[in-house]
Amino acid sequence: MAKQAVGGGVGASESARSSPGLGSRVSELMLRQREASIFLVAIALAVYFQSSNSAFLSSGNIRSLSEFTYATAIISTGLVMLLICGEIDLSVGQAYGFAPIAMYLADQTLVLPVAIVVGLLATAVIGLINGVATVYLRVPSFIATLGMFFFLGGVNVILTDGFPKTAPSGSFLTEILGGADWSGIAWCLVIVLFMHILLNRTRWGLHTFATGGNPVGASEAGVKTARIKVGNFMLCSALGGFAGLLDALRIGSIDPLAGGPNIMFFAVSAAVIGGTALAGGTGTVIGAFLGTVVLSIMQNGFSLQGVSAYTFNVILGIAILTAMTLNVYVGSLRRSGRG
Amino acid sequence: MAQNRQEDDAAVAPEALRAEGIVKRFGALTALSGVDLHLQQGEVLGLIGDNGAGKSTLIKTITGFHRPDEGQMYVDGKPVTLRSVAQARALGIETVFQDLALISELSVYHNMFLNSELTLKPFPLLNNRKMKERAKQYIDDMGVNIPSIDTQVGRLSGGQRQAIAVARSVYSDARILLLDEPLAAMGAKEGAMILDLVQKLKNEGRVSIILIAHNYSHVFEVCDRVNLLQHGRISYDKPTSESSVEELTELVVAEYRKARTTS
Ligand SMILES: Nc1ncnc2c1ncn2[C@@H]1O[C@H](COP(=O)(O)OP(=O)(O)OP(=O)(O)O)[C@@H](O)[C@H]1O
Ligand SMILES: [Mg+2]
Repeated sequence: MAKQAVGGGVGASESARSSPGLGSRVSELMLRQREASIFLVAIALAVYFQSSNSAFLSSGNIRSLSEFTYATAIISTGLVMLLICGEIDLSVGQAYGFAPIAMYLADQTLVLPVAIVVGLLATAVIGLINGVATVYLRVPSFIATLGMFFFLGGVNVILTDGFPKTAPSGSFLTEILGGADWSGIAWCLVIVLFMHILLNRTRWGLHTFATGGNPVGASEAGVKTARIKVGNFMLCSALGGFAGLLDALRIGSIDPLAGGPNIMFFAVSAAVIGGTALAGGTGTVIGAFLGTVVLSIMQNGFSLQGVSAYTFNVILGIAILTAMTLNVYVGSLRRSGRG
Repeated sequence: MAQNRQEDDAAVAPEALRAEGIVKRFGALTALSGVDLHLQQGEVLGLIGDNGAGKSTLIKTITGFHRPDEGQMYVDGKPVTLRSVAQARALGIETVFQDLALISELSVYHNMFLNSELTLKPFPLLNNRKMKERAKQYIDDMGVNIPSIDTQVGRLSGGQRQAIAVARSVYSDARILLLDEPLAAMGAKEGAMILDLVQKLKNEGRVSIILIAHNYSHVFEVCDRVNLLQHGRISYDKPTSESSVEELTELVVAEYRKARTTS
């Protein structure tokens, strides 16, 4: 049987010479196409909302669109790394709330730049705990980060006594870190570009794909899968924290209940719509960013039209199911391309 | 091993690898119960044994993937304790695992350079162009038939995948090569190609090889010496020149008959 398989492979390879190369190009294209098609969906939605309400593309609304997009997009890039590893972080929305609170507390005694670093480090430590629990204590990340989700949600309220705090403002640093108009989306674009390069052009990214695609094989090949996973947990949490800092400094207030499940589920949805499979091994940062843009346009556009949040949820649900079905379809196309 | 040959080896070809009293347990199961094994420099050692005898476990222990519960390893006569595959690699030990350790989602060339990627120094960016070039060259040198260096490994046939795993370790400047059934999925032609490759490496004399195979004629074609792994120990160790397919078959089948009559 084995002989036949190889014999067939060799005999077929003359004709296969063009087709598997083509096959890989097809799957490559499907991914690119996925990004391109989400981009087209975003354009189509923008045209539609603009035609039904000319306020949609006003500079004011574009700014609020950007403010709606950037935090979720930043979080979704971190989640993409984890999802590719075959893991998930349900607590990232709480890290979004935690970083500004940690910064606020540190700012009481330290100078602001240090306080900001403290906020980011605090979330990286959260990611470290998630990673250690998952990788070394072998708690599935879904459960480990669910625990962290409740824990940190409680901590955020306790640390602030449940009351919103006034965020530091008025300095150059607070202006670039969210305070100034457009600074949030600018950070977002820089981070998306950085994460795209990290994922597709560095050893870290390649090892992230390998860890999710074949964990045993990757470690047999000497890839430090534990380190890759823990690192990506830390990265994801810290990006969540950074998004939270940007929002807190923009809004000027630190809300103990900010973030939470809402922003986390939005970010997961964006990643999935963007073509990242929850099973690990595949995913794109650009796709996740475009997925966030589509979600933001829909939410903003529908609310301009006066469509209720419930209707929006129905549409979001359909979008996710469609995206997942497409994922499975692309996956089976790939598998059939093997024969 | 013949007396004068032994002395020659001691003079020019010291031990590349030695394992003493290796014990490996998986919970209640003892897979290896005290393996003693040695590999001379430049030698090709055939390792045979039944399914489940512990051959792969032994390879994975030597290569740092498993940690032995007991026993000591020596590389070039120096005692070593390996904590990871990466550490074994640093000592020049390369492995073709039975499961091949390939990532289906990644391209042929990324698989070939997995964990020894070329980068655009001083930048930490992958040098994909160079990796493609080299991978293509290796594949061509080996004479393997692969549609394209960009193909995802998941799309290749079993034999093609195996060829990539072999190419990956052979072209890595390894000094000690551990090949766990590298011919299992190969057609006759490709199998002969791999055996020729092993022969060529042997003639160059740079590497020492442990080859696991179920086909005894493959073992006799390229190996200097053969070890039989039974009940977690090496129960038979002879130069191939003093052994034969019949003798090995008889040994293994006798074992089987004994087990049948007692049970
Ligand atoms: N990770 C593991 N956990 C538990 N048991 C294991 C593990 N790996 C191997 N074993 C057990 O150890 C024994 C030896 O397995 P091993 O894979 O080394 O056999 P093998 O000689 O390579 O067989 P084959 O010729 O089929 O490849 C088997 O009984 C197997 O079930
Ligand atoms: Mg085996």
